[in-house]
Amino acid sequence: MRGSGSDSGSMVKNVPVLDLDAIIDDPGTRIIVCCGSGGVGKTTTAAALGLRAAERGRHAVVLTVDPARRLAQSMGLSELDNTPRPVAGVTGEGTLHAMMLDMKRTFDEIIEAHADPERARQILTNPFYQSLSSSFSGTQEYMAMEKLGQLRRSGEWDLIIVDTPPSRSALDFLDAPERLGRFLDGRFIRMLTAPAKAGGRSAFKLLNAGFGLVAGAMTKLLGAQVLKDLQTFVSALDAVFGGFRARAEQTYRLLQAPGTAFVVVAAPERDAMREASYFVERLADERMPLAGLVVNRVHLPTAGGLSAARSAAAAEDLEARGEHELTAAALRLHAGRMQLAAREQRQQEHFASAHPTVPMAQVPAMPADVHDLEGLRRVGALLAAQ
Amino acid sequence: MSSRDTDWDGVRLHVVTGKGGTGKTTVAAALALALAADGRKVLLVEVEGRQGIAQVFDLPPLPYEERRVAVAPGGGDVYALAVDPEEAMLEYLEMFYGMRRAGRALSKMGIVDFATTIAPGFRDVLVTGKTTEAVRRKGKDGRRIYDAVVLDAPPTGRIVRFLNVTNEVAGLARVGPIKNHADLVSGVVASPETAVHFVTLLEEMPVQETLDGITELRGAGLPAGGVFTNMVRTSGLPEAALDAAAAGRFDPMELALGLKAAGLADGDPNAAALAEALAQEISEHARRTELERQERVSLDAAGRPRYELPLLPDGVDLAGLYELAESIRAQGAA
Repeated sequence: MRGSGSDSGSMVKNVPVLDLDAIIDDPGTRIIVCCGSGGVGKTTTAAALGLRAAERGRHAVVLTVDPARRLAQSMGLSELDNTPRPVAGVTGEGTLHAMMLDMKRTFDEIIEAHADPERARQILTNPFYQSLSSSFSGTQEYMAMEKLGQLRRSGEWDLIIVDTPPSRSALDFLDAPERLGRFLDGRFIRMLTAPAKAGGRSAFKLLNAGFGLVAGAMTKLLGAQVLKDLQTFVSALDAVFGGFRARAEQTYRLLQAPGTAFVVVAAPERDAMREASYFVERLADERMPLAGLVVNRVHLPTAGGLSAARSAAAAEDLEARGEHELTAAALRLHAGRMQLAAREQRQQEHFASAHPTVPMAQVPAMPADVHDLEGLRRVGALLAAQ
Repeated sequence: MSSRDTDWDGVRLHVVTGKGGTGKTTVAAALALALAADGRKVLLVEVEGRQGIAQVFDLPPLPYEERRVAVAPGGGDVYALAVDPEEAMLEYLEMFYGMRRAGRALSKMGIVDFATTIAPGFRDVLVTGKTTEAVRRKGKDGRRIYDAVVLDAPPTGRIVRFLNVTNEVAGLARVGPIKNHADLVSGVVASPETAVHFVTLLEEMPVQETLDGITELRGAGLPAGGVFTNMVRTSGLPEAALDAAAAGRFDPMELALGLKAAGLADGDPNAAALAEALAQEISEHARRTELERQERVSLDAAGRPRYELPLLPDGVDLAGLYELAESIRAQGAA
């Protein structure tokens, strides 16, 4: 890792530089997880890293959850079919595959793999399963984990780059094993599965008064039919979830292993940087290997360092004199730009002072979105050029 | 109550959605301030447990309780509520079934956690239920307690599922209390008393998501509101200069003269270099302006009222929020 970027006026002072080329070139790096809040360019970062890694000789696959249409097209992904597809136009020895996660299909496949056909049918047609498997919150995180585990076990790729779901807590997937554990070991599940285990007798006869109270509330709240559907579903899932949970735990340990690098992605704005701080702390708590922070869409200072204040004062002066209107407007534009750059710089310094050891990389703001492989290549080069 | 005509007279529930990073919470807060102006009372609701409202108003985290967070321009109150699904469920059980103890027991057993895992539709019914209850709530005089409710809703990608609660729970509960509750919620959400506003930036991805969101909303029979284009950067540069810059024909000579006149340059080479750098910025700005123009055309094709909110150079602070509220009022959105 190089020292701080003293050669560039744009860099945040005294912060280690995130050398992404070193990470993607290291054959020991097997998984890169891009996480961050929504709208910070996470998927673009993941795709650009994948392309760069491939063009530097890796056999990479990018697993993305919900890409914008154009970005998907830029990698030649037109269908959501849950299978890694080769990306054409990659130069060099390496290869790049990309896939979009089909949450429901991934879930269906787990059920089919772990349950006998009759039980699988019961589960797949249950209304609760249909709600669970196609909903956006929670399930997506589990399924991304599951898919990551599958890709890793397949051994077909030497580098997997995954972009996390755009949920409020993009790290929810770290909770997946624990939540599943709570889910399965909870008294509630045991209560719901009681009738199946007791040979179909009423759900709550065997239970004590405390459960009776709960059961009454549940029936009132949900209605008898819903409760019955729920019981059928949970009983059917009971067997399947054991294997599911074991795999989630396996993937969790895989993420903690030295071959994994977490890249937190942010934009230089208050909310996104605050979320980035949260991710960095959370990853440390979970002992997950953090590579560093990528700050996208940074506005760098320009025009020979002419400051916002001098620029604004000169514009004011010209305006007062009623001369050089064009120059005055250009100076106003420049002052606004410098003000924005300064504010973004403060946001990053704020982060850096709280997390002085976290390496950072900046990607300058670009006027247009990425539309093609060439665009991704440019982003990759900017990511590496720190 | 003001007698000014606004674009959303008669709307009681303003749902604000937008792609991540577009400033959805900020716009929701500014809209609440604007709606409360001149002596009205508005409730601002958040549902994702992010405590975004507290951050925007620079307050400590909000409890599950309606409390006053700001005074609107010309008098008027903004109240805020951070809805917690678990608390909403307990309140619901108590209010409709008189079940207080059972509710606590359910909660202790982690049933809310369970419900959100297994059927997020339930969670959405609880939080939208709380919001629509506030919309419908009346005081002793028979008048509504709140003149308007602003909901800082989930992002664009999830908004239709979130609001279309009847549909979401229909597969799970065809009859019974949850179905009835969902129907009550739909009665408000799908009515002309509701408008779903979109917050976007003038960039390709958020604009595309907004257009997709509007189409999806219409398909579900939900009322699309206005489009707020946020963080718009303006410049006083004349059209002709921007056109020239976009076409690569911009001549920095005039800038060099101006820079010398302003005393910013030491001699000709310095003036020329500085002018060149500024010209570079102008052409970048011109290029972005052109892209933004295209995005505006795309948005306008959706046929929704559109409002522009400026980029605040110093970021969003309380003063900036009032500035945005003024801008919202001046454009007739409130």
